[in-house]
Amino acid sequence: MKFIKPDPLKCVGAKSCEKVCAKTFFKNEDVAYSAIRITRRKEGWDINVCNQCGKCIEICPAKALYRNKAGTVMIDKAACVGCFMCVGFCPTLSMRVAPGAREPFKCVSCGACAKACRSCALALTESDHANLPA
Amino acid sequence: MIDYTKRTSYLGDLEKQRSAHKLVFEGSFNPGLPERGYNNRTLYINLSTRTIKEKPVTEQMKEIFIGGRGFGLWYLWNAVKPTTKWNDPENEIIISPGPLGGNTQYPGSGKSLVVSLSPLTDIPIDSNVGGHFGPLMKFSGFDALEIQGKAESDVVIFIDGQKGIIRVEEAPLESVDSHIAADIFTHMYAADEFDRRNISVIASGKGADHALMGCLNFSWYDIRRGVARLKQAGRGGIGTVFRDKKVKAVVVRGPTVKGDMNRPADIDRVRNTGIRLHREIHDNDDKQCHMRTQGTAHLVEVMSDYDLLPVCNFQYGSHEDVKNIASYTWGERFTQGIPDGCWLGCSMGCSKGADGHIVKTGPYKGHSVTVDGPEYETAAGLGSNCGIFDRDWILEGNFYCDTYGIDTISFGTSCSFVMECWQRGILNAERTGGIELTWGNGAAQMELLHQMARNEGFGAIVGQGVARMKKLFAEKGWGDPKLLADIGMEAKGLEYSQYLSKESLAQQGGYALTNKGPQHDEAWLIFMDMVNNQIPTFEDKAYALFYYPMFRTWFGLCGLCKLPWNDIVPADNYKTETPAKVPEHVQNYVDIFGAVTGKIIDKDELIRQSERVYNFQRVFNLRMGSGLRKHDKAPYRSLGPVTAEEYLSRQERYDKQLRELQGLDPEAMSLDEKIAATRAWREKQFELLTDAVYKRRGWTNDGVPKPEHLKEIGMDLPMLQEVVEKHL
Repeated sequence: MKFIKPDPLKCVGAKSCEKVCAKTFFKNEDVAYSAIRITRRKEGWDINVCNQCGKCIEICPAKALYRNKAGTVMIDKAACVGCFMCVGFCPTLSMRVAPGAREPFKCVSCGACAKACRSCALALTESDHANLPA
Repeated sequence: MIDYTKRTSYLGDLEKQRSAHKLVFEGSFNPGLPERGYNNRTLYINLSTRTIKEKPVTEQMKEIFIGGRGFGLWYLWNAVKPTTKWNDPENEIIISPGPLGGNTQYPGSGKSLVVSLSPLTDIPIDSNVGGHFGPLMKFSGFDALEIQGKAESDVVIFIDGQKGIIRVEEAPLESVDSHIAADIFTHMYAADEFDRRNISVIASGKGADHALMGCLNFSWYDIRRGVARLKQAGRGGIGTVFRDKKVKAVVVRGPTVKGDMNRPADIDRVRNTGIRLHREIHDNDDKQCHMRTQGTAHLVEVMSDYDLLPVCNFQYGSHEDVKNIASYTWGERFTQGIPDGCWLGCSMGCSKGADGHIVKTGPYKGHSVTVDGPEYETAAGLGSNCGIFDRDWILEGNFYCDTYGIDTISFGTSCSFVMECWQRGILNAERTGGIELTWGNGAAQMELLHQMARNEGFGAIVGQGVARMKKLFAEKGWGDPKLLADIGMEAKGLEYSQYLSKESLAQQGGYALTNKGPQHDEAWLIFMDMVNNQIPTFEDKAYALFYYPMFRTWFGLCGLCKLPWNDIVPADNYKTETPAKVPEHVQNYVDIFGAVTGKIIDKDELIRQSERVYNFQRVFNLRMGSGLRKHDKAPYRSLGPVTAEEYLSRQERYDKQLRELQGLDPEAMSLDEKIAATRAWREKQFELLTDAVYKRRGWTNDGVPKPEHLKEIGMDLPMLQEVVEKHL
């Protein structure tokens, strides 16, 4: 599967990933619309982004979450009932809600953030998902 | 490992069944979505006059009655006369989900409230039920459904919220039994596989054709299992009314649900409040109630540990064999890892299913079925209270009660009553037609149920419920009427639900000082009283019997489930001033009510909203010839030890109470004297509690709402005053 592998030690807090993510999917640069989030820690920065573990797939009452051929966890908006259980039950708190939105959104491993990061703190990575929820 | 997608199929004759349908009458409507939780219209169907019409939901109705149970009681009041009986055509079944119903973000927002005149109590009953019917009906365009009149032959009422069509069809061939009917009608009325999620079926069963304790099953299509799951509007015999009207099923086909369909005033607020609770359940359920893995059956051994689990018709409160039906055994038996919410977005997900049950008795012997539950009440009612500590028999009874449309609680308490009558020689093989009603006899329990469904033998008598059996047995001279009155666990004609209340004065009141009879909807105080010790004083208990029935009524007005209120609590809840109330969750409800309806309330107004409807229901009871202090009496078994063996089984406790509470010396008393003194004390306590509760509720000492109280809460309607005045 493809996923964004963060390396927080390299992060300098430029937040270009947040801006490009929001811009790519919501046509604005407000962090509220970004699937990836950078927050200040005591020392350095924390990077929060979906690791495509797929826990949300089995939580969803509408079977609206699924893994695509590339192994990325996707939301089927036609089936989604907007309950946001996936948001509450995400082990890494990486499922997002945009203001006023009817459905949640999440990282789809497009890699735009990795390209935008000048510190090379993000890498679009391949790994096996055979033992993860499908 | 059981394959949860596999079970016996009943779809072989679907096309033949479909082609046998004949249109009786039809109507059309403009499908629409609610605005701020309300559609502002109700669907009225009269099966006798073949009428379909829309009725406006007025601002006054919303202001006073809110929705759900409130709307149901209001419509029922207008439909019936003081002389109306449950099987008169003017009796109605009203189904309403309430303004918050259908919301997918806040756990437990999918309840339908069902109201009718009860065959068991002859007064209004309301029963709340999960499943998808209420929300799908609401998203089709209606805040309530009123069914009046009787059909000439079995019909299906089909409400198509996608096309705006209502059809009442003669349906002669399908089984009335719910596990079949719900599955067949789901497939029959869905356009394709995806569309099955948009269908919900209400059905009952053969048992409800004859027994007075018939229930309704409301379905939800489980997209993973591929089967219509069932939730029950169990209490009070509404399934019996349903079948008396010759309704085989009510089917709704709604639009595919979206998170904004309730069109709340402030969707972000509803959503954020819901997500916070989802997270709380994620973090705490495994440490608190295990609702996600065991459902309400998590209570079984806790109740036994605290001597509160009904054993052998409420004689005892615990049993060593409880380990065989304990929570963890149900956790093992239920299929895990798939969402089991009875409405979308309920992350509490307590609607557990036991797949691959191979039926061992009756007409479905050998079939492989998914059993919905058992919930705590069923495990205790069919199980421990009948001395049955066998998981497979409980599953068998659960399955047949559901599919025959029989309330597991009333049946469990009726079955335990006749088993005790057998124990005491009041019944014998001659009188039961050969059924040996010994404690623990699961096969005998099932035979009663099958006879009930066939309307024959002693099972048909048990189906009439405890109140009628007590009268019948006494008339036949089969037992001491006083003993029958003491051990027959019913009040107002409704059977007790499954908690031993002897040591909990609060729960004694919670059962008896009720509008509709002893159930755990109005006041489930046993846990806070006996396990958490949160209402220790007499005053605390009297207050609890004001506050909690009102607070809990509110769930029924809005279309909410009570379980996410206190079966999960914030980790720091114990630090609050009133942990029993779960203040953070009360605030959640205040918030989401405002966020959906746009009407800002506070926690006091929430209680006031409930008081209006609760008092309306009390006056409704008065109007129907009930609702006085004499109707709030409790059988002594619910207050204390009736028999010598009961006393002796807990002698240390009772002797201590004689010493400490009454200043008596048990050593100097005979057993009979000790039983009598205990009884006198406890009955006095119950009367004192009744005085205090009535006062707190604004009622006279005879249980009648005072005119000035009705005025204070904004319910000084002439129609109520007219009824109340006759009793002052």
